[in-house]
Amino acid sequence: MRIAIIDESASRASIIEEGLSQLPDCQISVITGRHGLLARIAEIDPEIVLMDLGNPSRDVLEEYFAVSRALSRPIAMFVDQSDDDAIASSIDAGVSSYVVDGLSANRIRPIMEMAVRRFNAFSRLQSDLDAANSKLTERANVDKAKRILMNTKGITEPEAYAELRRKAMSSSKRIADIAEALITAHELMKD
Amino acid sequence: MTQELSVGFLPLVDACLPIIAQEMGFAEEEGLNLTFMRDVSWATVLDRLLYGHSDVAHMLAPLAIATTLGRGRPAQPLAAPFVLGLNGNAITFSNELADKVAHDCDGELCDPKGLGARLRDEALARKAAGKPLRFGVVHRYSSHNYMLRYWLAACGMHPDDDVEIITVAPPFTADALAAGEVDGTCVGEPWNSVAVDRGVGRIVLATAQIWRRGVEKVLAMRESVLDERRESIEALIRAMRRAGEHFVNPANWEGHANLLARPEYLASDPKLILAAISDELILSQDSEPVHFKDFMFQYREAANFPWISQAQWLYTQMVRWDGFDYDPADAEKAGRVFRPDVYRSALRGQDSPLPGASSKVEGAVKSPLGVGAEQGDLVMAFDAFFDGKTFDPEQLEAYLASQT
Repeated sequence: MRIAIIDESASRASIIEEGLSQLPDCQISVITGRHGLLARIAEIDPEIVLMDLGNPSRDVLEEYFAVSRALSRPIAMFVDQSDDDAIASSIDAGVSSYVVDGLSANRIRPIMEMAVRRFNAFSRLQSDLDAANSKLTERANVDKAKRILMNTKGITEPEAYAELRRKAMSSSKRIADIAEALITAHELMKD
Repeated sequence: MTQELSVGFLPLVDACLPIIAQEMGFAEEEGLNLTFMRDVSWATVLDRLLYGHSDVAHMLAPLAIATTLGRGRPAQPLAAPFVLGLNGNAITFSNELADKVAHDCDGELCDPKGLGARLRDEALARKAAGKPLRFGVVHRYSSHNYMLRYWLAACGMHPDDDVEIITVAPPFTADALAAGEVDGTCVGEPWNSVAVDRGVGRIVLATAQIWRRGVEKVLAMRESVLDERRESIEALIRAMRRAGEHFVNPANWEGHANLLARPEYLASDPKLILAAISDELILSQDSEPVHFKDFMFQYREAANFPWISQAQWLYTQMVRWDGFDYDPADAEKAGRVFRPDVYRSALRGQDSPLPGASSKVEGAVKSPLGVGAEQGDLVMAFDAFFDGKTFDPEQLEAYLASQT
C-alpha cells in the first residue's frame, strides 16, 4: 500500500510514519515542504494520502484530485462515505485522508486508526510540552518578582517568597499570577 | 440565558462582521456569545462545519452550493441565510506582466476591457510559445475563480485552453508571485496588499470592476443546525446587521483595523486592513493610495440579503466551468441554499430594509433605482457586469447558452 503523509511538522510526520511502519505492507513517503507538492504526489502515486487539517495546501490538493488526469484512478475523500464515525474521529484528531476509490475498507481502516492514534498522541505530547514551557516561564517570573521585592524592600529571598505566598493566599490567586502582576506593575512604574 | 455559537473562519478582511458583532457587544445584546475557530484552508473550515466543530462558518458562496450539490465530496445540504459581503477581492499581476499589459493605467486601477484586450495578446503569445500565463485563485469553488474566468472569457480568452488557472492558498499568493509560479492572482484582502507591500506584484483590477455587486462570502451552516438553532441564528443575523452599520462608519475604521489585525483574528498589519475597509488601495509599492468606492460592500442596499438569483448565477458559472450539463433540479437546489426567508424572519420589525422580491435580474441597474420593499426604503445602485450583460434567473438556460 503506497501512503503519502503530508505534514508541515516534520516531527509529527515522523511519529506517524513510525506508527504506520509497524503495519505490514506499507510503503510510506513523507512530504513536509510546500514546493513541488503536486509533482511529488504524482510521482508517489499514493493509494492513501494523509494530511494534517492545519495545512494551507489542502485546497490545492483537493483541486488537484478534482481535476487531475495524472492519477489513473480518482481519489475519493475519506475511508468510506458512510463511515461517519471514523471520519469524525479523524477530524477530531486533526487529520484528513484521501483514498483511492474502490480500496477495500478492511485495508484502509487499520491505517486510519493508526494515523488517528498517532495524531492524538502527538497532540498530547504537544500539550505536555506547552504545559512544561509555561511552568518554566512561571518559575522565571517568580524569580524575577522575588528580585524586585528584594531590591525595593531590602529583604532576603526567603522573605520575598513568603510575601508573594502570603499575598497569593489572601487574594486566592496563584503565586505565579501575583508574580506576573508585580512584574507588570514594576515595569509601569519605571516608565 | 446566553447562547453559544462557534464560528469557523479564514483570516480574511471579509470575516469582519461576526468578529465585530462579538467584540463590539452586538452579539451580547442579542443574548449570544460567539467563539471563533480560525483555519488556513477552506477544506478544513468546511470539514469542521460538516462534523460539528463549528456551528456556522464564513464561507465562499460557491463552495456552499458545491457542497449542497455534492461536487467533489458527498452531498451535504448547507444553508446561507446571510451574505457577509459583496466583492472585496482584487486581481494582482506580477510586476513583469503588469509592465507589459498594465503600464498605461496611470497609477489607477485599469479599465477591464482595455486591460483584457492587451492581456489577450500576451496570453495568446505565451500560449504559442508553450509557456501559457498562469493565474492563481484561492479555491476552485470561489467567486474569485468565477469572476476571473468571466472576465477572461468575455475578453476572448478561454480560461482552460488559453491560460492556466490553479489553486493557491491565500497566504502563499505573494510567495507564488515572487517565485514566478503564477503571473497573476485573484484573492481577497489583505493578500493583494501584502503582495504589493512586498513589491512582488501590482493590483490591476478590483473584482467589483468585473461585476459591480458580485456576491462573495456567506454565513453558512448545515441545514439541520439552522433548524435546531433557528432562534440563535436569527439573533446572529440581527447582531451582524448592527455590526455592518458599525463597520461602514468611517469613525470606526481605525478601531476595526486594529481589532481585525489581532493575532487571534487576521494576525496581519492593521495598515493593510485599513486600506481595504476604507476603499483606499495602494496599487504598487510606495505609491499613493487610490480611492475606489465600494471596494468592499458590507451593508448598504441590503447587501447582506441572500438573493436567490445570486446563488443561481453562481450555479450557471459552475455548470459553465465544471463542464457538466444544466440540470433544472440542481439549479433549484443551488438557489435554495440561499435563504431569504430566514433573513426576513430575523429582521422583520427591525430597522433594516427588506426587499419585496427574493430574486432579481442581476446586473440590470444602470442608475439608482427604488425597488419594492416589504419594509423600509430600498434604493439599489449601479450593479452591472463590465460587459453589460444581465442575468435573468427566469431565463437561466438561455443565459447559459449565450455563454460559450
